[in-house]
Amino acid sequence: MVNEPSRRQLLRNGGLLGLLAAFGAAIAPRFAFAGWNKAAFDGKTLADAYKAMGVEGAKESGDVQFLASDIAENGAVVPLQAVSKIPNTTQIAFLVEKNPNMLAASFDIGPDMVPDVTTRIKMGQTSNVIALVKADGKFYTATKEIKVTLGGCGG
Amino acid sequence: MGNPMKIRAASKDGVTEVKVLMSHEMETGFRKDSSGAVVPAWFIAEVVAKLNGKEVMQAQWGPSVSKNPYLAFKVKGGKAGDKIAITWTDNKGDTRTDEATVT
Repeated sequence: MVNEPSRRQLLRNGGLLGLLAAFGAAIAPRFAFAGWNKAAFDGKTLADAYKAMGVEGAKESGDVQFLASDIAENGAVVPLQAVSKIPNTTQIAFLVEKNPNMLAASFDIGPDMVPDVTTRIKMGQTSNVIALVKADGKFYTATKEIKVTLGGCGG
Repeated sequence: MGNPMKIRAASKDGVTEVKVLMSHEMETGFRKDSSGAVVPAWFIAEVVAKLNGKEVMQAQWGPSVSKNPYLAFKVKGGKAGDKIAITWTDNKGDTRTDEATVT
């Protein structure tokens, strides 16, 4: 009868372990967003970022309005606004050519949205900034050079 | 959890303009502290906006969005009394949701 308690003990321990494992699995995926396109944000060149975002044949379009000042006094805070006049716009993204990672922000525009977003980004140095718009599966861009007089990346 | 967001939502001519100011360090992962050690990246990666519980916009951000991020966008429809809810999630898994009433 010596075996009986130890077997119970074993079962109980096993159960506890199972519970711990289940709990661990529930809290473990800290950074597992379905939508977050890691490859695109890791892109070191425009080609890499475009490829990861599935961008092909992006062309400049006057229907993409890119509102930003020509000179940013402080690279840590560069206000950008993009307005798309193209019907069925589903995405607006901002890319900075000379930042360590091109892609700064990407917005998925739902059918209830007016394709008009504003945000503020950091820029390390003077660079071309691209507002990328996706509409009906095609890509359109507006490019603007923004001069930075004071870098925003720890300079 | 982070500090509360400031959210302003104003409806005009059938369009609701939403302005959000979040409170977050937005570390790039490129910066070094005084001892020369790299400060690890810490940034808001995902932002979701809802109007009366219905998702209207989802944004993906990288670390090059400015510290204490500002975001403005426009939603079709929406009237005074409607609820705008903003949720952000950062790369450490921290998340915060704040709600504002459309005026």
